Amino acid sequence: MNPLTLAKIAIRALLRNRMRTFLSVLGIVIGVAAVITMVAMGEGSKKSIKEQMTAMGTNAIIIMPNQSRRGGVQMESSEMLEEADLIAIRENATYIDGVSPMVTVGGQAIVGNNNSPTSLSGVSADYLKIRNYEIADGVMFDDVTDRMAKVCVIGQTVVKNLFPDAEPIGKTIRYKSIPLKVIGTLKAKGSGDFGQDQDDVIFTPYQTVMKRFNATTNIRQIYANSIGEGYAQKATEEIMGILKERRSWTKPTDPFRVFTQEEMIQMVTSTSDLLSLVLTAIAGISLFVGGIGIMNIMYVSVTERTKEIGLRMAIGARGRDILLQFLFESVIISLLGGAIGIALGIAASETVKFAMNWPMSVSVTSVIVSFGVCFATGVFFGWYPARKASRLDPIEALRYE
Amino acid sequence: MGDSTILSIQNLCRDFKMGDQVVHALRGVSFDVHQGEFVTIMGTSGSGKSTMLNILGCMDKPTSGHYVLDGEHTEKLSRDALARIRGRKIGFVFQSYNLLSRTTAIENVELPLLYNSGISSSERRRRALEALDMVGLTERKDHLPSQLSGGQQQRVAIARALVNDPVIILADEATGNLDTRTSYEIMMIFQELHRQGKTIAFVTHEPDIATFSERTITLRDGLVKKDEQIEMQDARAAFEALPPPENL
Repeated sequence: MNPLTLAKIAIRALLRNRMRTFLSVLGIVIGVAAVITMVAMGEGSKKSIKEQMTAMGTNAIIIMPNQSRRGGVQMESSEMLEEADLIAIRENATYIDGVSPMVTVGGQAIVGNNNSPTSLSGVSADYLKIRNYEIADGVMFDDVTDRMAKVCVIGQTVVKNLFPDAEPIGKTIRYKSIPLKVIGTLKAKGSGDFGQDQDDVIFTPYQTVMKRFNATTNIRQIYANSIGEGYAQKATEEIMGILKERRSWTKPTDPFRVFTQEEMIQMVTSTSDLLSLVLTAIAGISLFVGGIGIMNIMYVSVTERTKEIGLRMAIGARGRDILLQFLFESVIISLLGGAIGIALGIAASETVKFAMNWPMSVSVTSVIVSFGVCFATGVFFGWYPARKASRLDPIEALRYE
Repeated sequence: MGDSTILSIQNLCRDFKMGDQVVHALRGVSFDVHQGEFVTIMGTSGSGKSTMLNILGCMDKPTSGHYVLDGEHTEKLSRDALARIRGRKIGFVFQSYNLLSRTTAIENVELPLLYNSGISSSERRRRALEALDMVGLTERKDHLPSQLSGGQQQRVAIARALVNDPVIILADEATGNLDTRTSYEIMMIFQELHRQGKTIAFVTHEPDIATFSERTITLRDGLVKKDEQIEMQDARAAFEALPPPENL
């Protein structure tokens, strides 16, 4: 029998029992819709976390001293970072795109009657690209020509606080009574992952902070970014190697701690991964239950139509023909359920996205996989009833009442 | 075995195991049926005639003995090969019609051809119409079984048995569910088919139905008790001789 004829016979049999067919289809619809929605929810939250993280900076790496503390008491003096480390990394590292120190001073900036309680960050020019800042007006200072220069670049929050009505470029702000000339402003960036205002910043050359404010040679943190996604691990190892080599380090513990952005993303997404896995598994179980529904209804159908099966066999149907006839029915139920379930799942995801403003992302993979799983469900759960039908003895089947 | 032999059985035995007892349904039956013959197989219940019919219809295999249908030794064939023979060489007519409900007459008639992939759908329709025409039900082709009388349903079933142009038509108590008038009408159709040269084996336990055939094989306790040529009565004459139906 050709597939078209089989499909016709199957569809007709399904239409004969509309209510029953509808209920079996419904079981699959609910399962598939649940899977699609749950996966969309998981994917959406992962995507949004990733977006937030990359907004913080692209492939950022943070290096800081490895402090061994116990009960808040520092056990041994930790190794400090210094400018030579920075230069060594900048010159020798091949997996690093930009590198910048981060030294800070607490206090407030004052212009006339206005003030802004913003900490002063000493950085190098690379810091902008590491943290995805962009210049709005004016220029960024240069590491070489502006070494120790009394200049600064300010974020939009600081602009609002200090220069509500005036043009900030060229003006001078006072920080701890040291005058700093504003040479540039940053584009607004909005709040970061943890709610802090990323526009509430004042950048100045790191040597200015180290020499003029802190009078130190130590650098608290070094920021860097790797040359691209996937290089974080190599970049980390490379940095650690450079730092150890400079110190002829032989102790088993690392002198510094290096955090990659990927590690941070993984830390946050691993919880959300687990959650979406659990949700998807629950949704998968409902799909499985839908499959059992199909199996149940197919068994009923085979028993009910024993006489029909006997007749078909008597007039020339082989076991295979009967098997395919019933398999087609179960596969049509499951594929129909799959198609409707996918549509419903997408609709539900979109509704949640707009109504509740949740990040939802329906992945093409989940749609394709769901459809495949539906086909497999139809074959798997339809197989045993269909095989039972195909193995009936025609004489017995014809006698069945 | 002559050229005109359609069906030949030799020393056919069929045993059934019922628990630890063995029931011998057929104990060595032999006969031939020739092209164009109209045979009735008679016997009381338990005589082995149902078992006989199941084997003749290739739905069951003998425990021992030989069964050759249209040159094929069926006792060696697989389940699928037997299904193929049923579909191509045999036309079944059952006591309880066995039409698919909620399926029109013409679709019921087409059914055996569905399992023959060599036949196109237009060819299928043409042959089904031809078969329905032969039993006089052309104008009822789109009726459902539930909209047809018992006699009409059996005529649809006969058309279904004819549609694959079988080498033999096997009827199993085909008039068993019908009143006398309708039974005779059905026998008229079988006699018409006989005149057209079809080979028919008709199983019945009613002696008056057997008189409409030309040969009667009587089974008793799994053996052939009698195998005789008889003078065929005309079903039409018998039908016309019946008193008119009272309620008309």
